[in-house]
Amino acid sequence: MSVWEYANPRRFMSLSARILPWVAGLAALLCVTGLAWGFFLTPEDFRMGHSVKIIYIHVPSAFIAINAWFMMLVTSLIWLIRRHHVSALAARAAAPIGLVMTVVALLTGAIWGKPMWGTYWEWDPRLTSFLILGLFYLGYIALWQSIEGQDQAADLTSVLCLVGTVFAVLSRYAAQFWNQGLHQGASLSLDAEENVADVFWLPLVVTIVGFVALFLALVLVRTRTEIRRRRLHALALRRRHA
Amino acid sequence: MIALLIRDLRLAIRAGGGFGLGLAFFLILATLVPLGVGPQPDRLGPIAPGILWLGALLACLLSLDRLFALDAEDGSLELLATAPIPLEGVAAIKALAHWLTTGLPLTVAAAPLSLLLFLPPAALPWLVLSLAIGTPALSWLGTFGAAVTVGLRRGSLLLSLLVLPLYIPTLVFGAEIVRRGGEGLSVATPLALLAAITLGCIALLPFATAAVLRANLR
Repeated sequence: MSVWEYANPRRFMSLSARILPWVAGLAALLCVTGLAWGFFLTPEDFRMGHSVKIIYIHVPSAFIAINAWFMMLVTSLIWLIRRHHVSALAARAAAPIGLVMTVVALLTGAIWGKPMWGTYWEWDPRLTSFLILGLFYLGYIALWQSIEGQDQAADLTSVLCLVGTVFAVLSRYAAQFWNQGLHQGASLSLDAEENVADVFWLPLVVTIVGFVALFLALVLVRTRTEIRRRRLHALALRRRHA
Repeated sequence: MIALLIRDLRLAIRAGGGFGLGLAFFLILATLVPLGVGPQPDRLGPIAPGILWLGALLACLLSLDRLFALDAEDGSLELLATAPIPLEGVAAIKALAHWLTTGLPLTVAAAPLSLLLFLPPAALPWLVLSLAIGTPALSWLGTFGAAVTVGLRRGSLLLSLLVLPLYIPTLVFGAEIVRRGGEGLSVATPLALLAAITLGCIALLPFATAAVLRANLR
């Protein structure tokens, strides 16, 4: 019994059918709890007022946007090395979610930035690197959609994901080098001296965990859809040749 | 391998269009910018490093879709794949030929064009140096992008979407070298980073290029 047995589409389908309601339920519960807690039950920040509450969407979506690409990197590597189709399909399923999260993070940041920094957009390292991350998602999705052969598409996008990761990281440091910006440092970390105050911290962590569960649930749903779509395609091909 | 290099160079020069087109594009861009933003030297000077780098980058992009497409059409790409030299070597030679026919001429042409944009004279050597170091990375990355999109219809549009994000670090460091060089600041850090990018591209990208070529030919 190894973890690789779940790379079999049939086993993946039966397992994911069983855990999907739980993951989705957990996601709904944690997101509702965290957001309601954050929006209604925390005090207003003494400097930022109401607008501090946008962090409950901004921070989790930014967190998912980065880690979705990381997950795609891992699943692409699994596809290249062990050639499990579910892995490639999971990478394909995650990309649009990552793109949406990037857009959400950029939009909420812009809405928050206007009253706080007096501008919607600033060419600041973090903002710029997020925009670039969005471009990488766009290219990746476009490549998937423009290739007919599924295995070939999986091969090409996997290599693109590897090369893209290196250059996404490079761009991040290039942007940092290029301009010093307005964005504050990380608000949550294990080793920093200064984190956000506890009242804000707890609901934020709940929301982040909720977003992770939401991401997992969405990836599972989309991967199942991809597997079903591929099965339908195979059936249609078989009928045409029969 | 040398025969392949000479063949590619000959094709690029004799087939017309590919070679020289990039240079003409570079010249037109350098002409259009002053018309667009205004001809005052104090306005053009500060943005000249970025414009020249951007022009070189776009001119490079322009010639990429011909890199493998012609070979794929007439079947010589399959011959190259079964040839005794490894596909990684083919990828590296293709990229080298692309650099010799676009990157190198662009580097040389950047010096006279910088006069049109009132680049500060102190920045000129840094411009040429940064282009000489940085354009190989553009060629190697572009070869990878061309290999990814070789079999696709309307691949050239997708090609620019895939390749331009990869060009970002090279552009940032390249323009930074020229800007700092013009202001007399130290250029050691961006120069080292740019050289690292180029060397990394030359060392690693042929493998990625060969991998996607194999996937495309299968």
